[in-house]
Amino acid sequence: MEMFAFSEAAGVEDAIRAGAESGTAQQGARVRFVAGGTTLLDLMKLDVERPLAVVDINGLPLDTVTKLTDGRLKIGALVRNSDLAYHPDVRSNYAVLSQALLSGASAQLRNMATTGGNLLQRTRCMYFRNRALPCNKREPGSGCSAIEGENRSLAILGTSAHCIATNPSDMNVALTALGAVIQIEGTAGKREVPIEAFFFEPGDTPERENVLDPGDLVTSVTLPPPPQNCSQVYLKLRDRASYEFALASAAIVASVDNGTFSYIRVALGGVASKPWRSLEAEEQLYDQPVDEASFRRAADAALAGARPQSRNGFKIELAKRCIVHALGVATAS
Amino acid sequence: MRPTEVFAPAEPPADGQSARKNELAVTLRVNGESVALQIDPRTTLLDCLRETMRLTGTKKGCDHGQCGACTVHVNGRRVNSCLTFAVMHQGDEITTIEGLGRPGSLHPVQAAFLEHDAYQCGYCTPGQIMSAAALLEEPCGATDADVKEAMSGNICRCGAYPNIVSAIQDVRSER
Repeated sequence: MEMFAFSEAAGVEDAIRAGAESGTAQQGARVRFVAGGTTLLDLMKLDVERPLAVVDINGLPLDTVTKLTDGRLKIGALVRNSDLAYHPDVRSNYAVLSQALLSGASAQLRNMATTGGNLLQRTRCMYFRNRALPCNKREPGSGCSAIEGENRSLAILGTSAHCIATNPSDMNVALTALGAVIQIEGTAGKREVPIEAFFFEPGDTPERENVLDPGDLVTSVTLPPPPQNCSQVYLKLRDRASYEFALASAAIVASVDNGTFSYIRVALGGVASKPWRSLEAEEQLYDQPVDEASFRRAADAALAGARPQSRNGFKIELAKRCIVHALGVATAS
Repeated sequence: MRPTEVFAPAEPPADGQSARKNELAVTLRVNGESVALQIDPRTTLLDCLRETMRLTGTKKGCDHGQCGACTVHVNGRRVNSCLTFAVMHQGDEITTIEGLGRPGSLHPVQAAFLEHDAYQCGYCTPGQIMSAAALLEEPCGATDADVKEAMSGNICRCGAYPNIVSAIQDVRSER
């Protein structure tokens, strides 16, 4: 690990000022905020992250979950994954988020990892993590080793000719199904970004993963008022039953009236370059009867644009079955 | 012999707190005692415990948060000490396996691990015990499957899992 200057942010403004010294907030940042540390230290030990300054933001007052007067739920960026998963309001009103959080990592890591850090969790692509091999996300223009390489766990949706890395977060998939909004404070003030606009597909610039600029600090994530009369399910499929990243996952928020879908949100994990909302699946389900044929049409629509690589073609059918099964669980009465 | 490669930042950090270059003064609370240290900011809590404080009960397995051998308690909660910098823990109450129990006054989880033969080589055992002791205070269902899920962050290559589960269930049944 390379040497860095360590400091503690005295306040949000202080953190923003320190972060603004970096040339980028994306790959190659010279200044990094540390909260839980579970991604940052991992990547610093691999020399994938080499910040010259590390700013500890754990002292900032961003660690509470608040019910807002308009019914929304405001989750501070420093709320730990375990505290969020077991928060009474989250368990009863946003069950898909609690399920997703508890399906991720281990109890130890969930005690450390924060909402903001999980949001910004980096890909597990082995080529991104290994400096000995080319990777366009880590070193723009060096090439993608994963295409034609070991790509079994990588993405089939939202990829490009330059990067097929998967967003590994479970939490992000649930936040996408719930329509979360990200609050950011930076040198130009405060702004809000819906989660679907927060992440970028790799395109020609896989090193740029999200909207954050130097000095930007994610301060909170808000959820809309609890969806009414909806059932919520997170289903995660993986190589082992626990402590493993998803090969495919689905977050479902669904309401059924008179035997047809009156509200539906479908988001996928483990198969895409970013947390993947499937508008195609949702369109197939609205006003449709709650049966296996509808589920299958939705699953086919969700994966119609899939581009498999040499070793992950199995993910197309796996993701489809994940959606079908999750819809079945969500609508079982 | 060639000198070891030295990694240095483009501009040395101006910490102003340390007599020695790049080192920071930090006071850690470990097993109930305060210890004043001068440490390189890169030092993980794990390496600080093992190398600086010579508390070698906490083990280094993967050093990447994938095995749980380094599990300690910070303010009563179990964490991977390999994925956090020691300088981030000024004022925190840190408990390691050395502080959990003592010969003659074992923590109930330690006693149960002995009784159930819940280890083979013993390398993962401190992490397993620290994890299990924290689990007692966490929301966790009653079944063996619930315990296995809650303990999945601790890997044992010998495969002592069945006896680990029965040791933990034994302690839980006594509470």
